[in-house]
Amino acid sequence: MGDTTPDFARKGSGGGASLANLSAFAPGRGGRTVAEIAAIALTALVVIGGAELALRLFDVPLYVMPPPSAIAAALVTEFPSIAPHLGHTLVELLSGFAIGASIGLVLAAIITQFPFTEKIIAPYILLLVTTPMLALVPLLILRFGFGYTPRIIAVALASGPMVMINAATGFRRVDAAKIALARSYGASTLQIFWKIRAPMALPMILVGLMIGAIFGLLTAVGAEMVGGGFGLGNRLTTYSSMIQMPQFFAVVLILSMLGIAIYLIFFLIGRRWASWEA
Amino acid sequence: MRSAKLEIDGAVKAYGDFVALSDCSFSVGRNEIVAILGPSGCGKTTLLWSMAGLHELTSGEIRLDGVPVTGPRPEIGLVFQEANLLPWRDLDANIHFPFEITGKRPDHGLIAHLLDRVGLSGFEGAMPGTLSGGMQQRAAIVRALAQEPQVLLMDEPFGALDAFTREEMNRLVEDIWMEARTTIAFITHSIEEAVFLADRIVVLTGRPGRVSRIHEVDLPRPRTTEIMASREVFDLNAAIKAGITGGHRSGKAA
Ligand SMILES: Nc1ncnc2c1ncn2[C@@H]1O[C@H](COP(=O)(O)OP(=O)(O)OP(=O)(O)O)[C@@H](O)[C@H]1O
Ligand SMILES: [Mg+2]
Repeated sequence: MGDTTPDFARKGSGGGASLANLSAFAPGRGGRTVAEIAAIALTALVVIGGAELALRLFDVPLYVMPPPSAIAAALVTEFPSIAPHLGHTLVELLSGFAIGASIGLVLAAIITQFPFTEKIIAPYILLLVTTPMLALVPLLILRFGFGYTPRIIAVALASGPMVMINAATGFRRVDAAKIALARSYGASTLQIFWKIRAPMALPMILVGLMIGAIFGLLTAVGAEMVGGGFGLGNRLTTYSSMIQMPQFFAVVLILSMLGIAIYLIFFLIGRRWASWEA
Repeated sequence: MRSAKLEIDGAVKAYGDFVALSDCSFSVGRNEIVAILGPSGCGKTTLLWSMAGLHELTSGEIRLDGVPVTGPRPEIGLVFQEANLLPWRDLDANIHFPFEITGKRPDHGLIAHLLDRVGLSGFEGAMPGTLSGGMQQRAAIVRALAQEPQVLLMDEPFGALDAFTREEMNRLVEDIWMEARTTIAFITHSIEEAVFLADRIVVLTGRPGRVSRIHEVDLPRPRTTEIMASREVFDLNAAIKAGITGGHRSGKAA
């Protein structure tokens, strides 16, 4: 009596569209040691110092590539004039992301309840995910002018589908046994959703939110470069047209920091609420 | 003969065209322990889920105290194959999960007693992923027993455990039963486990699943090592084994 047959109580595994690795949420193995921190700091010092030295040694002109010290100086002296633009970019990113992510989450929760509907609309979702929403920005500007509106719409359009497709993967991870467990105590559909499906989907939802936020940032900056006189993207085009490279790279540095901040936020949330996955 | 607590009356379950369970009939007496024994894939889980009201039968009926079971019932507790703890909740939250669904107030004294009984005191804050298979299975049993069910159904509760842990768990179930005298039906692959725990053993054959034989186990409790080493137990083991291989042959010939 040893033949194996498929067991329907087997753990469900979501196939498809995960774009990032869940193991990113795995708790780190203890704290960093002093030696590790020293090694990290030393490497940074060598890289930045090396760049500084090389750029000065070969007398690379400022408009080609400014040395790190010039960028740092520009970051400090120009920050007061850059800060309002950072504010604008954050407004676009946060409101566009909030709108896109909420709609994406709700749609994912709904469509995964109806596998048939899901099959029909899947190609359109894929289209939304793969189309760079930046392409629509000129059209949006034509329709909504040069204010926040077209940018917020573009950010929402870029982040929403990313959140949706990942969240849907999460919600699709039906585990028949866990749902039966809830049903065996008389759980309602709503209880099953909040107490089984949602927590089971959470790790994938967080991945979706992180990717959605990064795509939102890219789209916000891109939209700012296309038109309108404000935002970090606008600073990039302005500084480069005036060949103010230290200022230009100071803005690039701020954008990198924004991206890293987004990653860190979701990483920490994931470590707190979704580390059971690993 | 004791009165029937749970009756399975001509149960048939088909998944589409595939008949998983065909005309199963037996009953589980009040305070009785019944083992359901059968080869892998013969429809044991299908049967147990039906007994728990989780499957709609294609035909036939399950009755609890004479009343047809048409959906999950609070009097029936089910321990799933492979613990089935919620991995995002710690042990304590897992044990409280059913209370959140039913809205019943948990009996903290009982939960503490049960945890102590199965040797899980102090592990309330542990996440399931950090526990061994045996510990997870014990937690799943506590989760079911904390609901104070009249009938406890267990799906291969110790199937994944090593022989030592398994024997320990069998003694634990016997102890719990001697203490609470609930009605128990459990699925197993192991003839030894069935003989050790059960008052009666229902042997199923597969494709489609149906009852091939029912053995009475007329041994005193607690079932000591001496009793389990007796001639009577040896003969019973042999009879069950013979019945299973015989069932297989006729199944293949058909
Ligand atoms: N939801 C389902 N849909 C279709 N077929 C199913 C479903 N559930 C079970 N089956 C099939 O029914 C048969 C019996 O399955 P079941 O899980 O009840 O067997 P089992 O005796 O519990 O097996 P095991 O010992 O491996 O746990 C198997 O062939 C299985 O593939
Ligand atoms: Mg099974």
